[in-house]
Amino acid sequence: MKYLDEFRDPRLAKAIVREIHAVTTKPWVIMEICGGQTHSIMKNGIDQLLPAEIELVHGPGCPVCVTPLEQIDKAIAIASKPGVILTSFGDMLRVPGSEKDLFMVQSEGGDVRVVYSPLDAVRIARENPEKRVVFFAVGFETTAPNNAMAVWQAYRQGLKNFSLLVSHVLVPPAMEALLSSPANRVQGYLAAGHVCTVMGWKQYEPIAEKHGVPIVVTGFEPVDILEGILMVVKQLEKGQARVENQYSRVVKREGNRPAQELVNRVFEVADRKWRGIGTIPVSGLKLRPEFRDHDAEILFEESGREVEEPPECLSGLVLQGLKKPHECPAFGTTCTPRTPLGATMVSSEGACAAYFSYHRQAKIHDC
Amino acid sequence: MCLAIPGKLIEIYDEAGMKMGKLDYAGTINTACLEYVPDIRVGQYALVHAGFAIGVVDEEEAQKTYELWAELEKAAAEEGTDIFGMPLDTGDEEREGEVSP
Ligand code: SF4
Repeated sequence: MKYLDEFRDPRLAKAIVREIHAVTTKPWVIMEICGGQTHSIMKNGIDQLLPAEIELVHGPGCPVCVTPLEQIDKAIAIASKPGVILTSFGDMLRVPGSEKDLFMVQSEGGDVRVVYSPLDAVRIARENPEKRVVFFAVGFETTAPNNAMAVWQAYRQGLKNFSLLVSHVLVPPAMEALLSSPANRVQGYLAAGHVCTVMGWKQYEPIAEKHGVPIVVTGFEPVDILEGILMVVKQLEKGQARVENQYSRVVKREGNRPAQELVNRVFEVADRKWRGIGTIPVSGLKLRPEFRDHDAEILFEESGREVEEPPECLSGLVLQGLKKPHECPAFGTTCTPRTPLGATMVSSEGACAAYFSYHRQAKIHDC
Repeated sequence: MCLAIPGKLIEIYDEAGMKMGKLDYAGTINTACLEYVPDIRVGQYALVHAGFAIGVVDEEEAQKTYELWAELEKAAAEEGTDIFGMPLDTGDEEREGEVSP
């Protein structure tokens, strides 16, 4: 396939790996933000091709993983009400809440449906005027335009029976929070290509400058990731800290303007709690007051809920790059993708699931 | 959720006042909302995320990348990268033909 095979070419990957070995002289810790990249790294064994000096740590960029437990519980409570159709992406249905997951609600008779796009949920609302249709909207900047469009369409069409349960988070505030933590080890970032497709990379410039970390906007294929790593290492070795764009075939500095405009019209920035990390100021989105008729949290009076995380799950530390999944005592024993204790084991983009799927019990560098 | 792959736009149509398109992924046809790529033309490649095209692949930029790589590969070949012994090829069967969700 065009624009795909080239970026999976093993010969090219090899040439880049060789270049990374040639330029690396010191130990460096690099974080890939996006769970899609974590998955690609594990699947292609990219971490094992790198010089021993380079350690990749996995970031909080899996939307399913950072959705707080209380949001899951809210979705479950809403889905359990009569007359409701709750829709979301498939991964969300398997995330354990405090007592059950959405699949269990479905087996108990709740109307829970997997959709491919939030516009499908709008269509369901149009076809079922007597039902209240809720879309459980999680995600980063990449999915925000889609969810904004769904609300906008419902608003325009006067579909009062469509609402969003919003759990939207923003990447740059989380990157800042990680860098500002005293436990931080991250020296360079691979920024998530698709988040930047929407948002551009202007927001990263002050972060790179303030914290002295190189940030390279990177794609998802193996060659993209290797090239992103090479660009970060080159900067680190030269003592530079700039924003660079590896994913230039898709990402522009200003991002996707029409998408940003609709997101700003429908959503406003708000404080958000990240699962395992805690509340990060101005790190998420909520619906603007004009759209309160489409805000499930208001309609179903579900805003106050707070719950404790299960103590045995270390996913908070995994999401901050402070622990590797295999360092968790539950990893692969009581916690597997079939019986997940935490969201990082549920989503295929979660670091625990990626380690489990590709049998990465220990990183080669640990030996 | 975040793995988007490029598809070739083969048809533009309207649905409930929204600009929509059909995209070809090596023979598999899927639809996507095109409201966020208003200038896209049939024949161009778009990145689709959860039912929405979020970006158009820039042919010129892709070409520049290929040229850079050609140089890198040439340099590597001259220095005999093949004897480098990187176990990269091991993952190949798995990688080939694979399409991310
Ligand atoms: S292996 Fe399971 S219990 Fe351990 S951190 Fe990962 S999700 Fe949590």
